[in-house]
Amino acid sequence: MIKNILKKENYNQNLNSRYTKGKLYFTVFFTALMIAIIGLAILLFQIISQGTEMLSWTFVSSYPSRFPEKAGILSALVGSIWLMGLTGIFAVPLGIGTAVYLEEYAPKNKFTQFLEINISNLAGVPSIVYGLLGLAVFVGALNMGRTLIAGALTMALLVMPIVILASREAIKQVPYSHREAAYALGATRWEVVRSVVLPSAIPGIMTGAILSMSRAVGEAAPVLAVSALVYLTFVPTDPFDRFTVMPIQIYNWVSRPQDGFRELAASGIILLLVLLLSMNSIAIYIRSKYQNKSEE
Amino acid sequence: MLNNQAEFKNKTHMGLSKRRVITGKIAEIVFFLCAVISIITTLGIVVSLLSQSLYFFFEVTLWEFLTGTRWAPILKPQSFGVLPLVTGTLLVSGIAALFAVPIGLATAVFLSEYAPDRVRKIAKPFLEILAGIPTVVYGYFALTFVTPKLQIILPDLIIFNALSAGLVMGLMIIPMVSSLSEDAMVSVSRSLREGAYALGATRSEVAWKVVVPAALSGIVASFILAISRAIGETMLVTIAAGATPRMSLDPLQSIQTMTAFIVQLSLGETPHGSIEYNTIFAVGLLLFVMTLTMNLIGHLIVRKWQQVDK
Repeated sequence: MIKNILKKENYNQNLNSRYTKGKLYFTVFFTALMIAIIGLAILLFQIISQGTEMLSWTFVSSYPSRFPEKAGILSALVGSIWLMGLTGIFAVPLGIGTAVYLEEYAPKNKFTQFLEINISNLAGVPSIVYGLLGLAVFVGALNMGRTLIAGALTMALLVMPIVILASREAIKQVPYSHREAAYALGATRWEVVRSVVLPSAIPGIMTGAILSMSRAVGEAAPVLAVSALVYLTFVPTDPFDRFTVMPIQIYNWVSRPQDGFRELAASGIILLLVLLLSMNSIAIYIRSKYQNKSEE
Repeated sequence: MLNNQAEFKNKTHMGLSKRRVITGKIAEIVFFLCAVISIITTLGIVVSLLSQSLYFFFEVTLWEFLTGTRWAPILKPQSFGVLPLVTGTLLVSGIAALFAVPIGLATAVFLSEYAPDRVRKIAKPFLEILAGIPTVVYGYFALTFVTPKLQIILPDLIIFNALSAGLVMGLMIIPMVSSLSEDAMVSVSRSLREGAYALGATRSEVAWKVVVPAALSGIVASFILAISRAIGETMLVTIAAGATPRMSLDPLQSIQTMTAFIVQLSLGETPHGSIEYNTIFAVGLLLFVMTLTMNLIGHLIVRKWQQVDK
């Protein structure tokens, strides 16, 4: 009986073809990953091959010009740094506050649920819509004009979901026993937050803050709607100045037909990518250092 | 004795001092107000888009706006049919989805089912870089590299066209599809895989016939969220897809998307309060409603699937 069942013809004999099919699938899946990575490599190569020639100190320290060989990115670079700093000042405290409320205070009810859905939807709103919000509210209704402060407030609303998400993750990582220990010593909720939760969540929060600011540096659409201006030959000196940022300057150069400006755009992109990559690596460094520490 | 006890209590703060109670209350209120700002933001978006486009809809009926097939708000005679912008947007996002959905899904399957930890550790940062590149950079890439290369194969291709913008946008949203799909696949329970292996399935059969169907709702959600991202993307299409509102699905032509129109008009010095100025809010409102609907559906699917999982 058993011998009969074990006969070869009772078993699927096309195992070989199934293995071949499996290998084929593997090749397809692997190729897909490679397409994404090769796409990235070509993109970086194209930018570096086009942009290194114009990249010089003159480029960093000059104002935009009608002549590509004299043009520089100074006003946009300073504008970006201003925007990044102001955005951080608004977005980071508010984001942390929201995260603390949701993790430490919020009761489990419909309102909290609504708050959470609302935040995840805000993260998906197109950036240009934030630009329209800034244009209508900060530039229009509050009469701030097309200034740095209006741009920074707009950008802060845009990146706040990033800060909130990262801070919540960091706060969740704080072991519950630490809180209980503090409560047992008679601390109030605020004292627990201030002296137990926030200090150990700080590295994760910092990571989120840096990532949110690097997002702010790369965004062009909302700033275009708020500031409009793309040709500036002065450096903003206070939050109520007009301004431009690097992505907008790059957009301006890309949209001109002359080759010289295209190369300038590539140089600007290199500078922008270096800035973003260094910010992100600092964030990753903080994250990994923190992770190692908590494993010890 | 009793007096001493009261004194002791007072000195060592056995009871909560008034100051600590009040500080705690203030802190709670401040945190709550921070959280409320996110609701105010949403309200601000809705109110500012609605109120500004109201002026627009006083002059152009909603029906005319949604069904008209000619979009010429700055040319004379003016015409406010938004359909050409919508088809332009859908064309570019459609091309992006055709490119990114299969590749993103296959990448996710590879990372979740095949890749050893070491490979994953190398591959994921690359995908994260891809996701972190500003969109102007993608626009530059589409215009100065992809379009010239495509023109070698397709001589009819216009310099500003939907095809290369769509392809590069596909490259841009691959990380979004792959990371969300991978999350869905990784959380498929191990016992399902082991069951299939025990029945003699090969690795690709497990991946394709067990893991992908089990994670399907998460995967579909990743597609929806990625396409919604593509619809709202601005700088790439402004740079590479052109500024010609056209009611056509020909990818070789120059088109204009809703987002690119908003940028074009905000750059021109349109007088505040004119109908042209209010037009961008009407288009913005439509864009907001479209992406919000897709995001809500996407998040709903994810949440439903997480509940089933538990």
